[in-house]
Amino acid sequence: MLIYLPIAEVSVNAFLLLGLGGIVGVLSGMFGVGGGFLMTPLLFFIGIPPAVAVATEANQIVASSFSGVLAHLRRKTVDIKMGLVLQAGGLMGSGLGILVFNYLKALGQVDLLVKIFYVVFLGAIGSLMFVESINTLRHSSKGRTPAKRRKHNWVHNLPFKMKFRVSGLYISVIPPLLVGMAVGVLAAIMGVGGGFIMVPAMIYLLGMPTKVVVGTSLFQIIFVTAFTTMLHATTNHTVDIALALLLLIGGVIGAQIGTRIGVKLRAEQLRILLAIMVLAVCVKLSFDLLLTPSELFVLGAAGGH
Amino acid sequence: MRILHLLLAALLFAMPAKAEEIVLGLSQDEVAITATFEGSHILIFGAIKRDGTETIDGDLGVIITVSGPKTPITVRRKERKYGIWVNADAVEVDAAPSFYAVATSGPMEEVLKEVEDLRHSVTMSKAIRSVGAKVEGSESFTEALIRIRSDAGLYSTFIGTVDLEEDTLFRTSIDLPSNITEGNYETRIFLTRGGVVIDEYETIIPVEKVGIERWLYRMAQDNAILYGLLSLAIAIAAGWGASAAFAALRR
Repeated sequence: MLIYLPIAEVSVNAFLLLGLGGIVGVLSGMFGVGGGFLMTPLLFFIGIPPAVAVATEANQIVASSFSGVLAHLRRKTVDIKMGLVLQAGGLMGSGLGILVFNYLKALGQVDLLVKIFYVVFLGAIGSLMFVESINTLRHSSKGRTPAKRRKHNWVHNLPFKMKFRVSGLYISVIPPLLVGMAVGVLAAIMGVGGGFIMVPAMIYLLGMPTKVVVGTSLFQIIFVTAFTTMLHATTNHTVDIALALLLLIGGVIGAQIGTRIGVKLRAEQLRILLAIMVLAVCVKLSFDLLLTPSELFVLGAAGGH
Repeated sequence: MRILHLLLAALLFAMPAKAEEIVLGLSQDEVAITATFEGSHILIFGAIKRDGTETIDGDLGVIITVSGPKTPITVRRKERKYGIWVNADAVEVDAAPSFYAVATSGPMEEVLKEVEDLRHSVTMSKAIRSVGAKVEGSESFTEALIRIRSDAGLYSTFIGTVDLEEDTLFRTSIDLPSNITEGNYETRIFLTRGGVVIDEYETIIPVEKVGIERWLYRMAQDNAILYGLLSLAIAIAAGWGASAAFAALRR
């Protein structure tokens, strides 16, 4: 069934969009990522103009993260307090990120810098996570108790301590604020929600339990993407409500299924799958940079970068 | 006698300047884009009116072009630098139609001379304007633009698809794909003899969104805040709905 999208100005198959939304929704519910990094190229591929794809996807992520958060709330695996602290840092970070982005843009070749940065960053995070999870899994399968990740380091000696009951942490608010800020900067520069940077950061830097991380990440993604949606809708008028609706119907259902799969998996398994996903995105991006493209020319709106 | 002269002069004056003239018909004079728009086609037909004074030098030809709204576009070329592919040179095309179709009654070189093509901007490469291109070999950029848009089904050339019967009646059908944009589609019909344009007819076919498509589009432009909030409300409602439905299923 073909549907003509009022803002994107193309006809697309409605069932294809429902399916795409569903797949990304499952990942979202499982890993606590928005899935924008996966959805953007898919939407480009079916012919949605880039500006519309980016804006509309933010709106769809609001829906799937909200659906996922509700499922996690029922299981009490959302640390709302931590989410709010990360959010506060995130807002400062995005403000800073936009300044950095404009500075890079003035230098030229911002796209390239972002991509190279991305590849290096994702490669490093993915590999570290993969190795760590495999080791943990191997130790536990040998019957030994898994080596407990270091819970006390310099991070725990900072002032302004706060109790995060759901995560079982009593730490200073400075690290979560900094993590939120760093992710905010990256998200603004790279134009993504930052879920798949936030999740590893919460696990390894803040030492939060993997199960709580997913719900908490989704919680803060809602606010980031809701803000992005409003920004795109009011400045660029590129949010396509019909496209969003089709994607989010699949997305909210997918998120519910994903959450259920997620709770059945062990923390190490979940981390391995996440690591594989991060690495896959990294490989895909490096291919884009290294392989000879089939079409050497690209069309863009005049004046835009 | 003098009156007769005057009448004759008036008659001569009232006569059309052209000996052969186009009379046009369209199967539809507007295209409506609805929510289930899957593309459309317009039947363009007409006749050639003659006053008997025409001189026959060369074969008759009919060329029909349909052009979507023209917008400026940037074409970028990727280049390999230090082993990675980056966007390098760019060429600004001043006006490229969002859609362009050319249909002819015979081979292009027979129905249209190069100089006439230049004068009337008929073929694809002439219809795209790119003055002030500074990059060397800017033709390859316009070629790329044509190639990319042709692959998307937006630019097409149909040689010999205009039926010309008895050198008097002509008709062709132009397909509009489902990914066309809104706007006024300029339709031109050229009548040629021996490759020289002897008459030209122009008309506009408006392509417009209707119903819910139009409503949503207008709202996104005119009431952006309300539109954004509506999008968010739908997202939150859907998220809650799915969660509630799954919770109900588990019980």
